[in-house]
Amino acid sequence: MYNDKVVDYFMNPRNVGSIDGANGVGEVGNPKCGDVMKVYLDIDGNDVIRDVKFETFGCAAAIATSSMATELVKGLTVDEAMKLTNKDVANELGGLPPQKLHCSLLAEEALHAAIADYKNRKSGASCAEYCNACVPDDEEDSYVPENSRVSD
Amino acid sequence: MDKRRIYLDNSATTATAVEVRDAMLPYFHEAMGNPNSLHSWGRESRKAVDEARESVASLIGASAGDIIFTGSGSAADNLAVKGAAWSARGGKKHVITSAVEHHAVLRTVQWLGKNGFDVTILPVDEYGAVSPEALEGAIRPDTILASVMYANNEVGTINPIAKLGGICKTKGILFHTDAVQAAGHIPLDVRELPVDMLTMSAHKMYGPKGIGALYLRKGVKLTPVLHGGGQEFGLASGTENVPGIVGFGAAARLAEKLFAAGEAERLTKLREKLLDGIVERIPDSFVTGHRTERLPFLASVCVRRIEGEGMVLRLDFVGVGVSSGSACTSGSLDPSHVLLAMGLDHATSHGSVRLSLGRETSEDDIDYVLGKFPPIVETLRKMSPYKG
Repeated sequence: MYNDKVVDYFMNPRNVGSIDGANGVGEVGNPKCGDVMKVYLDIDGNDVIRDVKFETFGCAAAIATSSMATELVKGLTVDEAMKLTNKDVANELGGLPPQKLHCSLLAEEALHAAIADYKNRKSGASCAEYCNACVPDDEEDSYVPENSRVSD
Repeated sequence: MDKRRIYLDNSATTATAVEVRDAMLPYFHEAMGNPNSLHSWGRESRKAVDEARESVASLIGASAGDIIFTGSGSAADNLAVKGAAWSARGGKKHVITSAVEHHAVLRTVQWLGKNGFDVTILPVDEYGAVSPEALEGAIRPDTILASVMYANNEVGTINPIAKLGGICKTKGILFHTDAVQAAGHIPLDVRELPVDMLTMSAHKMYGPKGIGALYLRKGVKLTPVLHGGGQEFGLASGTENVPGIVGFGAAARLAEKLFAAGEAERLTKLREKLLDGIVERIPDSFVTGHRTERLPFLASVCVRRIEGEGMVLRLDFVGVGVSSGSACTSGSLDPSHVLLAMGLDHATSHGSVRLSLGRETSEDDIDYVLGKFPPIVETLRKMSPYKG
């Protein structure tokens, strides 16, 4: 199902962990849906991302895309990093199975949330002006989902 | 890199036993006749089908004439549920099932609900079992049928089938049980068990894929799902899958041998060692399903703060094949309907792992898994934003 590069980034994820004193932190996702990603940014005075770390609760695709996204934005300015899309991340990984593409959105949104947090801290504005990634959704619980994952 | 390979996904499918495969082989080429033909080729195949029917019937204490071969366990479930409902059409219109059924039953019942029938889906307790009181309370004057699985495929909990069936018998409604996970692994006897219909599948008991069976008590009227040449007593048209049927017969005979050899007891011991070992060695993990009213071969756990797919892939990397009820192998974001119905929250349900043992599983295999599993959890937890 996953290509070798995805497996590599899942088995040997880059940039796992947190940063003490990060000046931009973003957390998106919903444990209900099975994935949550937290991004820590260390951004220097020229708006360049000096270091980036992540923590992810999620499937292999979520972890691999988290890892790849952090690798891609290290050394970029925050404005350059804002342009990173989930498709860029999936492409860098050599593609994801179609049902896993939504997992790559997590990384994009978490990065954007962390950058928004950084800008917010800098300007004192509300992060809602930049993104709505952390607005929770309130879907109804369903006891009979459309698909089951255990094969029998 | 470990070369070891340990298959612990026998609930998904089992390896066809060598003796089963060998019994099947002649029926592909040498003995290739259509059992419905009059000539000697046909008669030879018919004889093989009849013998296999005897063996499958004998496994559950039934008569050969009560066994209908179908294309799969799902086909048998569809025949039982739709067949009984359709047969009562125009009169009664209520069908009962449980929230933790395999989709072959659950979606079939839901389909009936969209096509003019009334449906009740019974809740389950924290172990995934249906209570006799809940079933009794749901039965109405216009109830046709209740379908409750013998044992759950994700958590292994065994339902109180004798009691549930007894209630249906007293109330005069049909009772079907999907025994796909149970048949061949725990002794079943329809002479004592008050069930009208019971589903089995060969590939869950060391037989081939592509062949199932429905036990149908004499006198129960079903409308066929498949119409055609009238094979299988008019209930499952289509030329018989002779090699598959022969394989099912051989698998049924093997199951009886395994019972006699104490295989269920051996697996229960290994299962308990595995479950104890996991909850001891992995903090914040717990057993799902009932601890004693449980399939001998099925161990299932939830590991908090991490997601199941990661565990499945990392265990696979060290040669261990298991499965998870987590979301994310499909477009849906919902985890297992079974765990949710048992009252677990979404995040916890995403961390489920099922390890299902088989006749090739050794104690050494269990030790290997117990050695490999905890560090995998440790690694994934280091990546998780949730801390203990």
